[in-house]
Amino acid sequence: MADAAAQQVFAPWNAPEAKPIIQFRNVTKRFGDFTAIDDLTLDIHEKEFFSLLGPSGCGKTTMMRMLAGFETPTEGTILLDGQDIAPVPPNKRAVNMMFQSYALFPHLSVWDNIAFGLRREGLDKDRIGNRVEEMLRLVQLGKFAQRKPHQISGGQRQRVALARSLAKAPKLLLLDEPLGALDKKLRQETQFELMDIQETTGTTFVIVTHDQEEAMTVSSRVAVMDHGKIVQVDTPDRIYEEPNSVYVADFLGDVNIIRGKASRKDMGADTDHVHIHFAEGQSPLWAATKRDLAEGTEVALAIRPEKVTITRDRPTDRNNAIRGKVHDIAYLGNISTYHVELPGGQIIKAQTANTRRVARRSFTWEDEVWLSFTDTAGAVLVD
Amino acid sequence: MRRLSWFNAVSLTLGFAFLYIPMLILIVYSFNGGKLVTVWAGFSTKWYGELFRNEAFLDAALNTLKVALLSSTFATVLGTMAAYTIVRGGRFFGRTLFSGMIYAPLVMPEVITGLSLLLLFIAIGLDRSIITIVLAHTTFSMCYVSVVVSSRLVTFDRSLEEAALDLGSTPFEAFRLVTLPIIAPAVISGWLLAFTLSLDDLVIASFTAGPSSTTLPIKIFSAVRLGVSPEINALSTILISIVAVGVITTSLMSKRAIMRRQKEEQEAI
Amino acid sequence: MRRFGLISVPYLWLLALFLVPFLIVLKISLSDIELAIPPYTPTLDLSRGWEGFTDWASQLDLENFWFLAEDSLYWKAYLSSLKIAIVSTIMTLIVGYPIAYGMTRAPDEWRPTLMMLVILPFWTSFLIRVYAWKAILSQEGLLNQLLMGIGVIGEPLTILNTNTAVYIGIVYTYLPFMVLPIYAALERLDESLLEAAEDLGCSRFTAFWLVTFPMSKQGIIAGSFLVFIPAMGEFVIPALLGGSKTLMIGKVLWEEFFSNRDWPVASAVAVILLLLLIIPIVLFQRNEEKQREAER
Repeated sequence: MADAAAQQVFAPWNAPEAKPIIQFRNVTKRFGDFTAIDDLTLDIHEKEFFSLLGPSGCGKTTMMRMLAGFETPTEGTILLDGQDIAPVPPNKRAVNMMFQSYALFPHLSVWDNIAFGLRREGLDKDRIGNRVEEMLRLVQLGKFAQRKPHQISGGQRQRVALARSLAKAPKLLLLDEPLGALDKKLRQETQFELMDIQETTGTTFVIVTHDQEEAMTVSSRVAVMDHGKIVQVDTPDRIYEEPNSVYVADFLGDVNIIRGKASRKDMGADTDHVHIHFAEGQSPLWAATKRDLAEGTEVALAIRPEKVTITRDRPTDRNNAIRGKVHDIAYLGNISTYHVELPGGQIIKAQTANTRRVARRSFTWEDEVWLSFTDTAGAVLVD
Repeated sequence: MRRLSWFNAVSLTLGFAFLYIPMLILIVYSFNGGKLVTVWAGFSTKWYGELFRNEAFLDAALNTLKVALLSSTFATVLGTMAAYTIVRGGRFFGRTLFSGMIYAPLVMPEVITGLSLLLLFIAIGLDRSIITIVLAHTTFSMCYVSVVVSSRLVTFDRSLEEAALDLGSTPFEAFRLVTLPIIAPAVISGWLLAFTLSLDDLVIASFTAGPSSTTLPIKIFSAVRLGVSPEINALSTILISIVAVGVITTSLMSKRAIMRRQKEEQEAI
Repeated sequence: MRRFGLISVPYLWLLALFLVPFLIVLKISLSDIELAIPPYTPTLDLSRGWEGFTDWASQLDLENFWFLAEDSLYWKAYLSSLKIAIVSTIMTLIVGYPIAYGMTRAPDEWRPTLMMLVILPFWTSFLIRVYAWKAILSQEGLLNQLLMGIGVIGEPLTILNTNTAVYIGIVYTYLPFMVLPIYAALERLDESLLEAAEDLGCSRFTAFWLVTFPMSKQGIIAGSFLVFIPAMGEFVIPALLGGSKTLMIGKVLWEEFFSNRDWPVASAVAVILLLLLIIPIVLFQRNEEKQREAER
């Protein structure tokens, strides 16, 4: 709850007077015949923790490399603080990058790695020393200052890379799959560390990732990308709850997609709901949507498995109930996912939290069950 | 653990015997007291003494060293530049010609390289001297250096250079502070290779050397063309020992470094 | 600008000291011998401008090449070089393959040492290694002493100054060039492939023929070219170990140049040798590129 409140406070993208730190204006990048970024326009605000999320090859790394200065846009402009950065070479940009491979200089100690950028600025020895110590404290690596990169663990290397890229206090920090090389447990811990550091330093973070959980955890906003285009930009909760396309719904987490034809002819004056006819012999589903849909439009209802309730008897308190047979059960410890086969052969997934011991599980294979969900549980999507 | 089969043990033993017995015989007979290299006449180091009193050999050795030091240094600089261009240069005019010229000298018969360089020096009126040998050696050994260095550059993580640029280095600083220290072992082995190639070369040096700039291989060749000489055995023994000590030390050192690194990496986890 | 400098220095160097010399060789191969300094004619006189150039160009001819074609010495030398290079490449392969194979089958901790033992001769003077055989192969040499000592032969064999000695010399000096690429190819071979082959019913020997050998093909090809190409133009080995009957083109070129002082003919010999080698050189480069692509 507190999180939600905090996020509502920090929402410069909704404030019309806020000036974005980064502006992509109709940016296109082509490599030969291949279009990596396709006419993309995007604003990123100061102090944001912004995620670029997408499968490999969607163009997210190219966007980051254009910000760092390793690639130049084929068309369009990128503004940093209102200034076109195209003519600025990477070594003159107030932007630093944390590389996916960390790119720690193997021949230099942790201390010298962090000091590398400061030395290039020609700062005097004391100031460099103070700043490096400060950075080492920030990432809690004081003890390892004199070690070489190969003498520390993967998690520590990740923190050195972070400290090195933050040492010059950049306006903008780019992080290319920053946690990709860490194992799952360490990754989860580091996500929170990363958020703390972002908050402490007040730096704008742009992170590239293909891990939706990571993007959801750390970001103020997420941009979901596909084939060089941004499909949706929004806060993590809205992206999850209100995806604007099947692609986004499918990319983030588990989802049931029920395709059918929209109809309002039996709705009367109610324009907040729509009927979805999804199979012969099944009564239509009720879904809440304000969209203006022509009669018979092909739509998809995206509904998360955790919003589908599985019961032995038909529930009476909701409009949507479908009968089916348990086809498979995936037991994951904290939750179980039931794959329920409808008479037409379609599989719908329903998730239940395992608050009771398995031995007392209520359903098993081949059981006849009812799946139900409320009108507002799913999102109505038109592709 | 794998055990060596009978067949493999025999083939390895015979193979290495074939490689090393001729050199061992050479070494043993360099300590032969007699003039004949095929008849053992007691242990003696007299041929070593003779060798060190032979002014002509000492002069030639000095020339060879000068040529080798100069040409291997030039070759290392040029070869590293060439390797960098080939691996990182992207597309430029005449790239195919350039990489062709880099690889061709590696397989070119020495007689052709030697002849063509000599004809060039004559055409431009450059007198044959140590300088012409240095030019010739630099040309063919820079290609070897470039092959050694570019094979290292291919596996070099380019994001290290990008990180240096990102942290405010100029491209030259990125090369000097990051790339060069990391590829240094390859550059050094390139230099060593160029150095030994130059020390060893007979054919190209014969074409490009003047009368006053005889090198050791030319001297050895003219001495052994007619027969076997115990003095040359002594000289060969010295040269073989230098190489053997060098190669064995470096391989031991690199083995130690790898082991230390592995240990440190294990401790880090 | 800096990039331009980086490219241009080695580029210009190679143009001036590698490509231009070849053009000069080509030009002189079309000239005629003359008792002068330099000992060929015509010489290009650019002080006469365009006329000087056309005058020079009109005097160039293929006479030296006709001479090479007519005189059986030359084409016999080419054929004999070809034969010696092919035979010795095959011999090096036969000697080198078991060594490379044995190295990959050796215990892991031996391998760096074995590798070093193969590389060591490569760093050792070529000239000295060829010379080492002189004492072994001569009439009263150690091999004959040994063979007569154990009673295999009654009369000393004549090996030195024959083609046999040249074959031994080539196999000996170029052995590391054959062993290393084959070893590199065999080392990459995943052991589980052999286990899979045996699991599927191959005997040890058929597994070798059907899996190991085909997979080391790239190494064999690379090694064979690395031996064949320099062997074709070899000079030191036939000069030290071969006899007066040993005809090799490298030696012919050397003598034409240093003894007969016939620069135009020596250049023509070089041009033909290069033409003969272009095919294997191109094939070798293709093979290398293929290998590099496969590794990617």
